[in-house]
Amino acid sequence: MVRTISDGIVISPIKNGTVIDHITPGEGLTVIRILGIEDGTNVTFTVASNVVSSRGGRKDMVKIENRELLKDEVDKIALVAPYASISIIRDFKVSVKKPVGVPKEIVGVIKCPNPNCITNTKEPVKSKFVAHPRGFRCQYCDSIISREMDIGDYI
Amino acid sequence: MTHEQKNILSVRDMEREEIDKLLCSAAAFDRGNFTGHELDGKLLAVLFFEPSTRTRMSFSSAMMRLGGKILNLGSVEATSITKGETLSDTIRVISGYADAIVLRHPKEGAARLASEVATVPVINGGDGAGQHPSQTLLDLYTIRESMRIENIDVGMQGDLRYGRTVHSLAFALSKYNNVRLHAIAPEGLDFPSHIKEDLHDAGVELIIHDNIEDALPELDVLYVTRLQRERFPDPVAFANYASTYRITPALLECAKPNMIVLHPLPRVDEIDPAVDALPCAKYFEQAHNGVPVRMAMLNEVMN
Ligand SMILES: Nc1ncnc2c1ncn2[C@@H]1O[C@H](COP(=O)(O)OP(=O)(O)O)[C@@H](O)[C@H]1O
Ligand SMILES: [Zn+2]
Repeated sequence: MVRTISDGIVISPIKNGTVIDHITPGEGLTVIRILGIEDGTNVTFTVASNVVSSRGGRKDMVKIENRELLKDEVDKIALVAPYASISIIRDFKVSVKKPVGVPKEIVGVIKCPNPNCITNTKEPVKSKFVAHPRGFRCQYCDSIISREMDIGDYI
Repeated sequence: MTHEQKNILSVRDMEREEIDKLLCSAAAFDRGNFTGHELDGKLLAVLFFEPSTRTRMSFSSAMMRLGGKILNLGSVEATSITKGETLSDTIRVISGYADAIVLRHPKEGAARLASEVATVPVINGGDGAGQHPSQTLLDLYTIRESMRIENIDVGMQGDLRYGRTVHSLAFALSKYNNVRLHAIAPEGLDFPSHIKEDLHDAGVELIIHDNIEDALPELDVLYVTRLQRERFPDPVAFANYASTYRITPALLECAKPNMIVLHPLPRVDEIDPAVDALPCAKYFEQAHNGVPVRMAMLNEVMN
């Protein structure tokens, strides 16, 4: 059985897939949304919310069956859950651990908070944000999404 | 976007050296050092999706002085834009008609998008509340013609919250050594905090003043902007402020003898016309500088 039992939650073992642990509490569903695997897709996933963490405090946890996250998907997760840990599970065992890192450039993920930005029109253009000392800056209109703002609201 | 394509989208992402190079070349044009054939045979597409007189006319004037020709978009109502064509498509098509594009558009970031789909250079002629590099360059040029852009105190007065010209100018000045900025704004119209933080990161000293009288004796440049009634919480607040917001010859008596007064124009009541005759009044010269500065920009992207 997996060690999450010791965290006091029930999240059943998977054979193959990805486990995202230590997600900032409340951001578990945002992670699902970022990965684009909401209802309607044929991916099986489980979200455990606000569970007690062995590191102290609380956390969210996401388990996705039969899918291994790619590097750029991992990077996107860092936006809302910079302390997450990502484990690729193969044959019930943790096979690879992927560190999350805050990406330098994020394309097509964040919706610009500026309603008058060209990326919020019907133009065929993807939003592009670059890392900035206090958050991320829109490459088109220079608007900043600061860390104090809830980035999840713009994804 | 092609590799050699040279755009001018924002002063913010220009290096100090690139800015200085443009200002130097503007000075040469200003002094008549040109043949008028620099852009012979070139066509400039002037795409203004928003009304503008000065920017549009001075770009056209600059182009024609260098021997080039102009293609005008005409009124937006009469174009395919009203049929719902995207800006991206319009730009792709017009790229094939001209050697460069000047774009004025109501949406922030429109010029950057245009530069990504265009196959010819794009110059930003102002995008929404965003960047307006030719204005910033002509502001810098006007300062540079009066003094070195170094070790100076620049006062910015008016709507510092929404005024894009002051934001761009503040960032441009942050690239120069030892320029102190002085903010003189009515309550609620001070620099937004993200701009203050960016200026701080850029190493600029920003001094906030409650009134113009305190700031004036320290300044080498006073940059005055227009107040917009709709930016005030209520008409009374506007009337109260506007009545005190006026640069007059009497007020200027406490200024340094070589201080200059700038204004992006059009002005309403914020500068008494009696100031126009004083040697410090540089705002009409500033407007005229739009031509050599835009000549430099056009020459840079097309030659
Ligand atoms: N087969 C599995 N099915 C579901 N979750 C698993 C599986 N194996 C490990 N996990 C979970 O993946 C995460 C990382 O596992 P592990 O590296 O063993 O723990 P930790 O990172 O806490 O040291 C933990 O949350 C663990 O519970
Ligand atoms: Zn934007």
